Amino acid sequence: MAARHKSVETKYMEARDTVLRALRHCDRRTFLKLSTATMGAVLAKGLVPPHSFQLVEVAHAGENAQTGTALAAGEIGHRPFTFAYISDAHLYERTLNQRFVRAIVKAVDDVNALDPQPDFVLFGGDLAQLGRPGELELGRQILSGLKAPVKMMVGEHDWYLDLGAKWQELFGPPTYSFDWKGCHVVVLQSVYEKDFWTERKLTPEQRMLTVAGLDNGVQSRFEVGEEQREWLKRDLAHVPATTPILVFSHSPLYKYYRPWNFWTEDADEVQAILRPYRKVTVIHGHTHQMLFNQIGNISFYGMLSTAWPWPYAPQGLPKLTVQMNRADPFDQFDGCGDGRMTVRADGLVDTIYSLWDRNPVTIRADYLVSHGKVDRPPAPQFASY
Amino acid sequence: MGPGRTWTAGVLGGVLAAALIGSAPRLPRAGADALPAHPAPPAQDGLVVQLCDGATSVTVPGVQAGRPMPPDQAVAVTRELMARWQRAHPGQRWETAEAAAPAATAAPGQRGASQQGDTYASFTERDRRIWQAETDAFVAEGNRIFHSAELLGGTIGVSCDMCHPNAANTHPETYPKYQVQLHRVALLRDMINWCIENPVKGRTLSSDDPKLRALEAYILAQRRGVPLAYGKH
Repeated sequence: MAARHKSVETKYMEARDTVLRALRHCDRRTFLKLSTATMGAVLAKGLVPPHSFQLVEVAHAGENAQTGTALAAGEIGHRPFTFAYISDAHLYERTLNQRFVRAIVKAVDDVNALDPQPDFVLFGGDLAQLGRPGELELGRQILSGLKAPVKMMVGEHDWYLDLGAKWQELFGPPTYSFDWKGCHVVVLQSVYEKDFWTERKLTPEQRMLTVAGLDNGVQSRFEVGEEQREWLKRDLAHVPATTPILVFSHSPLYKYYRPWNFWTEDADEVQAILRPYRKVTVIHGHTHQMLFNQIGNISFYGMLSTAWPWPYAPQGLPKLTVQMNRADPFDQFDGCGDGRMTVRADGLVDTIYSLWDRNPVTIRADYLVSHGKVDRPPAPQFASY
Repeated sequence: MGPGRTWTAGVLGGVLAAALIGSAPRLPRAGADALPAHPAPPAQDGLVVQLCDGATSVTVPGVQAGRPMPPDQAVAVTRELMARWQRAHPGQRWETAEAAAPAATAAPGQRGASQQGDTYASFTERDRRIWQAETDAFVAEGNRIFHSAELLGGTIGVSCDMCHPNAANTHPETYPKYQVQLHRVALLRDMINWCIENPVKGRTLSSDDPKLRALEAYILAQRRGVPLAYGKH
């Protein structure tokens, strides 16, 4: 097999070398012809480069009374804005693994090519694979190449080697909030777990490896925890109910599939704290797939990973989720990507899943808040097995 | 039944007779599914050893039930048993006589007809548990390899479970199928090897490599109950 089949990476690098060699020996006329042809192909497919970041109109104020998203009196004051995200990079150190480095660098290039630039870039957690200082530092170095400001969120892969020491040294407290253009934005550390390691006498490395596995069944479930829930109540105490709330959380703040920790143990309690607010959107990482849900007043969007896509869990998939096509294992980037969110003037959030090597998929908030009645995204061609 | 004596005698007799007439031992089974029994005469003094025809028996004086006999004595007992059988069946060969013999008496509580003399089907619950444990251990070894970049021979820290928790999305039931990217029909093991070579960045395993076999076992074990659908895309 080794001799007959080249890896995706090998083929990609060979094709790249061929093009670069050809370009060196290319006269002005050929170069122009080449670039015009490329541009033509891009335009014909309706893809504005970089194609994973199509620009869309962002303001939908005042429309769609049918789905209850019209602006009500007194809600004026939120200005629409966009932010991009990169999530779940799972970096090893550069000397060990180039694959995941290549992927996050690709995402950084995507976001830097956005014009106009997003207001900020959310990093959705799991910067490192095993929480090692070298992995986190490499991640910070790569993310420092972003032109827009970065908002950091922590994931379990960043946390369980030293219980967050190195991550906090590099990026500060994992729980914080800020106001942005009339929205209140909350960032949570939602990957706390009850101590399973002391009784088993695990070393920090063993603890980290256990949490890093999805299907081992040894670790505890993720939780926001009582202390942080109290913090959230205090933080929201002076926020009017009409203010749009954005919550960034690494774990989905609902219960999807417990065996894989696609789950937050105290999700119901956290949702109860968010219930008084009219427009709440939770953006989460960890699940590495196109995933969306609506529970009461709360819309949920899962982020894509740059490193690898997870399969959909065998049970518990939210009814509103339209699955993405299953990924081509022969293409490192397929099923992976990054994306961006538009916070609209009415405080709802549209999401663009910028799937690499595929056309981007836009999920409009109206689809979620109407519980699937309008704007249903297209069904996948290849469902999961 | 006496204090275990007749039971032991039956077993031992079966074992001895096995050496003589090539029949497998029939271990007694508990409960309603017990195999038919050959009732042996009660032991007076010593051990009753019975031939597997269920009729011929010999009492070995001075031997306690459950205690082994010295080999010489055991051989002498089997000779005596066969001699008695020959005296009772003059001019017959035991192979043909045994084949024509009626089925043994059904044990009390046995339901319906049961085929007898079938070595292949004559296993006990204990056998079944041993076989299951062996199989589970094989699957567990595959589970270990599936979750370890090191055991897979990977060079970049990537293991199978990172993309396939609980072997999800490995769909072994769809092989063999034409794998478009490979331009040929692939088996599950071809895809395992493809993954080992590419995302895992290791060396492919030969088809009879114990690691590859264990990986296949683990992946298949995760799909119990899923209908086979070879060629499915």
